[in-house]
Amino acid sequence: MGRYVRFMSLWEYANPVKFIRTTDVVLPWVSVLAVLCLVVGLIWGFFFTPEDYRQGSTVKIIYLHVPAALMAINAWMMMLVASLIWIIRRHHVSALAARAAAPVGAVMTLIALATGALWGQPMWGTWWAWDPRLTSFLILFLFYLGYMALWSAIEDDDTAADLTSILCLVGSVFAVLSRYAVNFWNQGLHQGASLSLDKEENVADVFYFPLLVCIAGFVLLFIALVFLRTQTEIRARRTRALIAREQQG
Amino acid sequence: MMALLARDLKLAVRAGGGFGLGLAFFLIVTVLVPFGVGPETALLTRIAPGVLWIGALLACLLSLDRILALDWEDGTLDLLATAPLPMEGIVSVKALAHWITTGLPLVLAAPVLGVLLNLAPGGYLWVLVSLAVGTPALSVIGTFGAALTIGLKRGGLLLSLLVLPLYVPTLIFGAEVARRGAEGLEVATPLLLLGGISFGAMALLPFASAAVLRINLR
Repeated sequence: MGRYVRFMSLWEYANPVKFIRTTDVVLPWVSVLAVLCLVVGLIWGFFFTPEDYRQGSTVKIIYLHVPAALMAINAWMMMLVASLIWIIRRHHVSALAARAAAPVGAVMTLIALATGALWGQPMWGTWWAWDPRLTSFLILFLFYLGYMALWSAIEDDDTAADLTSILCLVGSVFAVLSRYAVNFWNQGLHQGASLSLDKEENVADVFYFPLLVCIAGFVLLFIALVFLRTQTEIRARRTRALIAREQQG
Repeated sequence: MMALLARDLKLAVRAGGGFGLGLAFFLIVTVLVPFGVGPETALLTRIAPGVLWIGALLACLLSLDRILALDWEDGTLDLLATAPLPMEGIVSVKALAHWITTGLPLVLAAPVLGVLLNLAPGGYLWVLVSLAVGTPALSVIGTFGAALTIGLKRGGLLLSLLVLPLYVPTLIFGAEVARRGAEGLEVATPLLLLGGISFGAMALLPFASAAVLRINLR
């Protein structure tokens, strides 16, 4: 019984050694699956779906744009959960995972913004419009930048983890506030739904299934990258500790 | 707490540099804008509420690192932390002192600077009201940012990077109140939302700021 419960507990993975051992086993599988999903989804999407009757071939940007945008938001959510776990239970792996996820999330935000601009140019005739969705993504990107800058600015590891966790919590509240404030600010200029294709009921099944595969690929890619980067952080910290011990002795 | 407030105010007024600097900065920004966009009065009238808000926000930002940095350097904060005051109270008083020395002068100066930008006649009252309601939020959010970056040697730039995204909702609603007021439209909705942000920040953020300060003083 005790053995069973221990095996089932998520907190077991708060032990860095256990975390590294488990992710070492899981990581190759996740990586291979991610590559497989991305290759299948993108090739399916790019070459084996019809062109949209109004948008032509530019509609295919959707296979990069929507998954990236999805992960940009979910990466922040993951950081929020990891920060909470760090504040409440003080598991170092959790803080390091939040730190590891931030650059990945920032890059996802950048991909979403860049592909959106490439898509916007032929469709709306402009690279950038101060549309609520676009604007709130830009603000999200700024939040990522601030979070990463604070992590790298503070020398003491635990202080940095504490401060960035609180920043993540406060930032989340303000990010949500900004999202709705921006909606309010530019209500009259753009209507959200007709500009964005990320409402799934707008997309026909031919586009929907390869899109799902691409989304799965991006999720797996994110998991693989976070595992890898967390492992690196753990090992870097261990190396620092060993070096400090050498110098003392 | 009153003693702490009085001390902070006296320091701001007598030590020189801090008090009035934000106001001068606000003036300069307002003067520079017409050089940048041209002296056309119709255009200036249109952008005046937004420019006044951005100017006030930047002037506020400029003075943020003074809220806690000096007390951190000479050890006053350590003494305050051991005093029988709750940390939340200390950061609230600090934010209040910052608002009285920076926010309030900005609020009072904004209508005067509005003349330079050819602000529409109906706009003066609402620029004043929106800044009066919104600047406390700027001070409280700024105190949180200042507490976060207090232990860093060159935290000034990082402070701006952290605080500016947090200012977005306040700026949106504040500038919206001022713009609608200047155009003679209904202002109740954005004004209520601005008040909500302001009071919400005043009620909740001191807890975050105090937690951050405790971590930094550890």
